[in-house]
Amino acid sequence: MYPSRFRYEAPTTLAEAIAILATNDDAKVLAGGQSLIPMMKLRFASPATLVDINNIPDLDFHGADADGTYRIGALCRHAHLEKSTTLGDHQPLLASCAPLVADPIVRTRGTFVGSVCHADPQGDWASCMVALDGSITAVGPNGERSIPVKEFVSGPFQTVLAADEIATEAVIAPAQGTRVGGYLKLERRVGDFATAGVAIGLDMTGGTVASAGIGLTGVGAQTIDAAEAASVLIGSSLEPDVIERAANLAAEVANPRSDHRGSASYKKHVVETFVSRILGNVQREELQVA
Amino acid sequence: MALDEVKIGGLGASRKRVEDNRFIRGKGNYVDDVVLPGMLYMEILRSPLAHAKINSIDTSAAYAIPGVRMVMTGEMMAARNLAWMPTLSYDTQAVLATDKVRFQGQEVCAVIADDPYIARDGVEAIVVDYEPLPPIVNPEQAKAPGAPLIRNDKVGQNNNVIFDWEVGDRASTDRAFAEADKVSEIAMHYPRSHPSPIEACGSIADYDRSTSKLTVYMTTQAPHIIRAAVSLVAEIPEHMIRIISPDLGGGFGNKVPVYPGYVMSILASILLEKPVKWIEDKTGNLISTGFGRDVYLKGQMALRNDGKILGVRMHTDSDHGAFFADAQPSKFKIGLMHSAFACYDVPTAHLTAQGVYTNKAPGGVAYRCSFRVTEAMYFQERMVQAAADDLGMDQAEFRRVNLVKDDDFPKRTPFGFLTDSGQYGKCLQIGLDAIGYDDFKKEQEEARKRGRLLGIGISTMTEPLGAGNSREYDILGIKMFDSAELRVHMTGKAILRTGAKTQGQGHETTWAQIVAHELGIPAEDIVVEEGDTDTAPFGMGTYASRSTPVAGAAVSMVSRKIRAKARKIAAHLLEVSDEDIEWELGRFYVRGAQDRGVTIQECAMAAYSNVPDGMEPGLENNAYYDPPNLTWPFACYIATVEVDPETGVWDVLRLVAVDDCGVRINPMIVEGQIMGGLTEAYAMANMQFITFDEDGNCVGSNYMDYLLPTAWETPGFELHEVVTPCPHHPIGAKGIGECATVGGPAAFVNAVMDALKHTGVRNIDMPLLPDRVYEAAQTGSDISGMPPVKTADD
Amino acid sequence: MTSLFEEVPVSTDDNISTTRVEVNVNGERRAAQIEPRLLLAHLLRNGFKLTGTHTGCDTTNCGACTVLLDGEPVKSCTVFAVQANGHDVTTVEGLASSEQLHPVQEGFKDEHGLQCGFCTPGMMLSAVALLNENDDPTEDEVRWALSGNLCRCTGYQNIVKAVLWAGAKMRGDA
Repeated sequence: MYPSRFRYEAPTTLAEAIAILATNDDAKVLAGGQSLIPMMKLRFASPATLVDINNIPDLDFHGADADGTYRIGALCRHAHLEKSTTLGDHQPLLASCAPLVADPIVRTRGTFVGSVCHADPQGDWASCMVALDGSITAVGPNGERSIPVKEFVSGPFQTVLAADEIATEAVIAPAQGTRVGGYLKLERRVGDFATAGVAIGLDMTGGTVASAGIGLTGVGAQTIDAAEAASVLIGSSLEPDVIERAANLAAEVANPRSDHRGSASYKKHVVETFVSRILGNVQREELQVA
Repeated sequence: MALDEVKIGGLGASRKRVEDNRFIRGKGNYVDDVVLPGMLYMEILRSPLAHAKINSIDTSAAYAIPGVRMVMTGEMMAARNLAWMPTLSYDTQAVLATDKVRFQGQEVCAVIADDPYIARDGVEAIVVDYEPLPPIVNPEQAKAPGAPLIRNDKVGQNNNVIFDWEVGDRASTDRAFAEADKVSEIAMHYPRSHPSPIEACGSIADYDRSTSKLTVYMTTQAPHIIRAAVSLVAEIPEHMIRIISPDLGGGFGNKVPVYPGYVMSILASILLEKPVKWIEDKTGNLISTGFGRDVYLKGQMALRNDGKILGVRMHTDSDHGAFFADAQPSKFKIGLMHSAFACYDVPTAHLTAQGVYTNKAPGGVAYRCSFRVTEAMYFQERMVQAAADDLGMDQAEFRRVNLVKDDDFPKRTPFGFLTDSGQYGKCLQIGLDAIGYDDFKKEQEEARKRGRLLGIGISTMTEPLGAGNSREYDILGIKMFDSAELRVHMTGKAILRTGAKTQGQGHETTWAQIVAHELGIPAEDIVVEEGDTDTAPFGMGTYASRSTPVAGAAVSMVSRKIRAKARKIAAHLLEVSDEDIEWELGRFYVRGAQDRGVTIQECAMAAYSNVPDGMEPGLENNAYYDPPNLTWPFACYIATVEVDPETGVWDVLRLVAVDDCGVRINPMIVEGQIMGGLTEAYAMANMQFITFDEDGNCVGSNYMDYLLPTAWETPGFELHEVVTPCPHHPIGAKGIGECATVGGPAAFVNAVMDALKHTGVRNIDMPLLPDRVYEAAQTGSDISGMPPVKTADD
Repeated sequence: MTSLFEEVPVSTDDNISTTRVEVNVNGERRAAQIEPRLLLAHLLRNGFKLTGTHTGCDTTNCGACTVLLDGEPVKSCTVFAVQANGHDVTTVEGLASSEQLHPVQEGFKDEHGLQCGFCTPGMMLSAVALLNENDDPTEDEVRWALSGNLCRCTGYQNIVKAVLWAGAKMRGDA
């Protein structure tokens, strides 16, 4: 309940923030703080310095560029996405996931980018980013680089961000055709971690799948990219046998542990069920549109 | 003219709560809100291991932190003969570990510092060298040959068994089974759970050397028991101890026992001569303080083909953790487990019970329950459903056949309690009508054809609430009665104090309603105080739904004493003899001349200004109430559910509750209690449990793993009532706070079992997690057993 | 901001850096000299003596400490007090004006939306945040908006009624 002492810095520019990170060992970036502060209260984390980026302007944004590239800034809160009136048009997967992240109060404070950087295998947004093949923009002393999210997470609670880099935005490429998809999460109550969660992002052109991604939550030591499952969808019109194959392949790649949230075999089964359900819903909606 | 009782806030008025005026403004006064000058803060170091020898403790780094005032160790406590303290069940419990730790979360050191942040820094700086010992996490392991001895501190304790206990008639039960057409058997576990009030435990001890007086602000449901216990443990004379239990952020049984943190804060205050505040964190609360349940049942029922129950056998194995610290009447080792089957006409029954030590937190508190009646009624109702299914009989019809009939009272229960009243059949029927039982059964059949799984579950039960009587019920020899003290001021306003302690039940509102009913003084003219042992009369506190049955009865009785004196004053004022005085609400009048009268307020004024010759002035009194019997509320809960066959997730469609708690003092508050109870029932059936892994690590040590339902998952409730006044209670009331928690879980579980009946599954242990439901439905096998929870992959 | 009579703590460690924060609490400017590690909940409770904000858990689940930060509900146990520097905070003590209760407070009392009262301040602030955005929510919207606050006593049904009652009052329907 009582965190350790730390040095607190509240820079007002990105350059200043990066400089502080570069000159302090064991410094952590504080954005929404909804994962970091609980860990500090339990003293699972005791960083020497906290660099609070909340006073840096122009990081609270989300929206599509003219070419359809979707950007979510480092200070965009979950609630901004949940309440966004345009998110669903561009990123239906994110729109279906937003209300399922944590609980409504945590959502007013926690950030999308912070959640991805936290690299919790239970993180909902990371699965969405995997499914959408998104990337993270990192800014450091030597400038900016773009890191594909599939390379961004290097292990449980670990990323490839350098100690003096700040993730400034999440970027999702424009759709090839119509972007569809959805998120399903088995949780026992609001705010529970996922027993299992499935994120699927699809781009459809003329009734067939042009690109596909499937991310799995809470069924491995880190977010799982069910790439093979996604690949069987490409070129299909989500016929029942294709859906079944994708679901089986996704379940196969899931690598959960048995715990008090469920047995490993059950979690795999949930993955399979949810892949089928999401794709089934998409297929039905596509039929309606057609 | 007599007053309108509802208008003055008497019985039956859904009076808005007076305590809310401060709570909605944020002006409640909980323990953590109390600040005393010069106060220090205490934080506790807890064992990370379930079972380990302590080789050494190094506190030097903690002492080196500026602001750390003292580090308490078991050695320090032992030097003052305080390393161990008595539990409420005649066992001992370590205050701070000296020899070894016996459960994960056990108290090892305490740091007292200028602020809680520094105290926590101090805790982090302590180095303890542990030598791990093999942990025991369930009764099977505890009883295995060669199992490590957990309580090697106890002379003569050669194994991990705490007690063997039995009740009932073995021989006649054996005969019943021999004559049975069919024997139905079922085994199950009622998992370990935690009352988990949102406010955890805490205390502020303030020892004043100049007066030798110890004042302790404490989260306690039973301040007077605590005063006695502290007096015994700390060897401080009882009159030099003042326990103040201010507003409590919920209790549910968690705040009955004496916890090491309380004792340590007291010793720290004595040693440092400063007030010492200890506020437990949620993790500490969940992993170390009084849990509920953790009982295994083997149940058998002897049946006749027509559905009649001929006899019942029950065997329970209970897991009490490292210290036998159950809060329960001392005669009954497994609480009131033998209240099972009280609502059924069962000719004979026999119960055996064995309790064991494990490397888990101690407790066995009455978690929203009257001493293990929750387990009793859950087992009963699960056995009933299994028996009905085994006979191929409708579950409602099976109950109709076996429920005690209205004109059979008074009736001995199969284990010897005496039930005195009830309308069980009517209660059941109201429930069945409300849910539309027959229609639902048809809907269920139709749905099943389309692959949808619907289920309906019934739970009917009566439970014994309101211990004493004092002949049979005591805790550590302290008899279970209660008291009330009423002072009527000269202007007719009054202050009432009782030895109970509200934690959300609304005593400040309802006790005044009882006085209003008895005396006609408007409820708003009566202030109610509880929780300060220097001012409140002696009482056993509030738990086990005993406040209305016992303290509430004392409120009635003291009001009647006041009325008796006021009658004499009225006779004096009206210049007639006592026998010519009649009473109507709020007023005495002369028989035959109703317009000649005096109000209770006029009598109050006269009590201080114009008493008859020879009468003591004043208008105040007290009453001790020793109930002649327990009260026996009855309830019928019916749930309908839908199970998702693909995921095992189940949703509650409807929940109908029919409660008979006798006369309702404040119907609004009664309904609030029922809905709160139903929510905990739903929680236990669905998500809320504490389990342990094979190393004895507690799984469920915070709200990320110990799940309480939110507004989103919690179903809506439909409430109905039957009113059978309690024949022996002064105003006909019975306990109600716990009925729904006691009877509710079986309704949910029975409903899910009903939905899965076609698969052959007869039992899934609570909570009915989706994976358990799915796997049971897939395999057609029961899912039950001991922690560490076994899964298909293990 | 020590008063003339308030004792100043003797510094126990000169190396500890503190920082001055100024927070607009319930419309009043308040200031304190604090360590960065102090949680907002503790500044409100211990520093500003606003004990209506409760702390119920260690893990950002229970919501008993919910306050409004610039009008948005936040769990004040999961915000550092320094982060509130220069911002507006509303606690339960700021809901009522001197004479008039907030409709949510009235609703909680009228519909028996509380028992022990411990979760009530946080629950009410979440409700206020909801009704400020939408004063005519459905029952499901209320349940959803309150699902970051745990109540152990009521079973929520009366809390939901209380919020609907307050919404009606705010709309002028009551």
